[in-house]
Amino acid sequence: MAEKILMKGNEAIAHAAIRCGCDGYFGYPITPQSEVMETLMEEKPWETTGMVVLQAESETSSINMLYGGACCAKKVMTSSSSPGISLMCEGISYLAGAELPCLVVNVVRGGPGLGTIQPGQGDYFQAVKGGGHGDYKTIVLAPSSAQEMYDFVDLSFELAFKYRTPAMILADGIVGQMMETVELRPIKPRISNEEIIAKYPWATTGKPQNRKQNVITSLAMDAAVHEKLNQNLQEKYKIMERDEVRFETVNCEDAEHLIIAYGCMARICESTVEQARKEGIKVGLLRPITLFPFPTNEIKRLVPQLKTIMSVELSAGQMVEDIRLAVNGKVPVNFFGRLGGIVPSPEEVLDAFKQSISK
Amino acid sequence: MKEEIIIAGFGGQGVLSMGKILAYSGIMQGQQVTWMPSYGPEMRGGTANVTVILSDSKISSPLLSRFDTAIILNQQSMDKFENSIKPGGLMIYDPNGITRKPVRKDIKIYSIDAVELSNELGNSKAYNMVVLGAFLSKKPIVSMENVIKGLKKSIPERHHHLIPMNEQAIKVGMEKIEEK
Repeated sequence: MAEKILMKGNEAIAHAAIRCGCDGYFGYPITPQSEVMETLMEEKPWETTGMVVLQAESETSSINMLYGGACCAKKVMTSSSSPGISLMCEGISYLAGAELPCLVVNVVRGGPGLGTIQPGQGDYFQAVKGGGHGDYKTIVLAPSSAQEMYDFVDLSFELAFKYRTPAMILADGIVGQMMETVELRPIKPRISNEEIIAKYPWATTGKPQNRKQNVITSLAMDAAVHEKLNQNLQEKYKIMERDEVRFETVNCEDAEHLIIAYGCMARICESTVEQARKEGIKVGLLRPITLFPFPTNEIKRLVPQLKTIMSVELSAGQMVEDIRLAVNGKVPVNFFGRLGGIVPSPEEVLDAFKQSISK
Repeated sequence: MKEEIIIAGFGGQGVLSMGKILAYSGIMQGQQVTWMPSYGPEMRGGTANVTVILSDSKISSPLLSRFDTAIILNQQSMDKFENSIKPGGLMIYDPNGITRKPVRKDIKIYSIDAVELSNELGNSKAYNMVVLGAFLSKKPIVSMENVIKGLKKSIPERHHHLIPMNEQAIKVGMEKIEEK
């Protein structure tokens, strides 16, 4: 059995990056995710795997370094927290438009503005609706444990390259700062330049005699060309919605009520569900693991057996809108959330839940 | 078995590392653990606390509002966490700097003068291990053998020569805990 190590979610991200064959990390420090780069600097992967770790002068340059690395089909990533991700949004839009794979980790804190360094989930809209300008999406994975922080790095790269799209890990201050046991997975070596040339014909790896040069751009001045580019993106998102939805359900088989929560709040709501079950209330938990694509069909499937749904978030109510779209008015969809970095206890959620079902 | 613990005091008292050693000791005996710190500017001299959970089964919420045990190392933490202990639960506190003694009658309360005891040992940094020993004497949820294994995992190898001193500090804490 692989060794289990106690580590923070942020540290897990760094170890996973080195061990899954990441080629480059470019970032700029910000609480509550600074341990990602700190761990990488301590581990010195440039001496072992050859992975580049660079502290850029800002988030804006970090994301544009990703653009450069991704053009060469290198596995590149960055991590930041809310205000830093806002600075990166222009670059993420360009990466999506140019169909480039990369990983962006957002360990969310409270906003808007500089907000607070305490945990938040107020970046849901920014993450799942695009964030930057234009009609694009990124694959968004929401880990709720240190092990998932580790595992989703490799998974994100896999999906990012499969669809040629930026992938995002949307974590939060709790999942980033909390220590849990993490099982390290087998090491995947970085892939060689020859393998990249064979595997990714779109990459800018140097022009051979037998083909035209590869051009990677999000610019298309011809309206027809640009519409086609957009249609291709939308086709891709449809396939993701069909094939890549991930979620977890707890106690849903006989549930009459459903709590939906992701990330740290899913952990807290799991305790709430345990307590409510002890009181004889038939409630289940749905934890979306992919926030885009959203588990719309699973919610639709559960609707006929449900009397109420409650969305629990560290926001003023964002994911609840996607739930309401899925439910389409068939059952009442309630909301409970705290703001400003305050994280409700399982008991506080239970009180709010009981109030919501007695209405 | 499930033990939900809050350890709270000043930054620098070794609150977070004591939690980490406890968590690692749990791992050594095959348990699930979570370690959730308060984070941010408070770690630079203000109050610091950590929630540690050891359990035989999967741990859902890493954040709690009620605890089986509170280990309280300053007055602010006494004010904040005395009422968060479950009825029948355990409080261990360091009387140094405590201006308002605990008043709960429905919990077990013990004190440990870990400042003096660690100074007697000749190493004030062993403070948190004295406190850990006091806790383990009342709740032997992890064996000494696994604590030593946990220590080896959680402190860098260059400090491993200090492990016997830490073990001694734990034993002193176990002996010198006082009922209140």
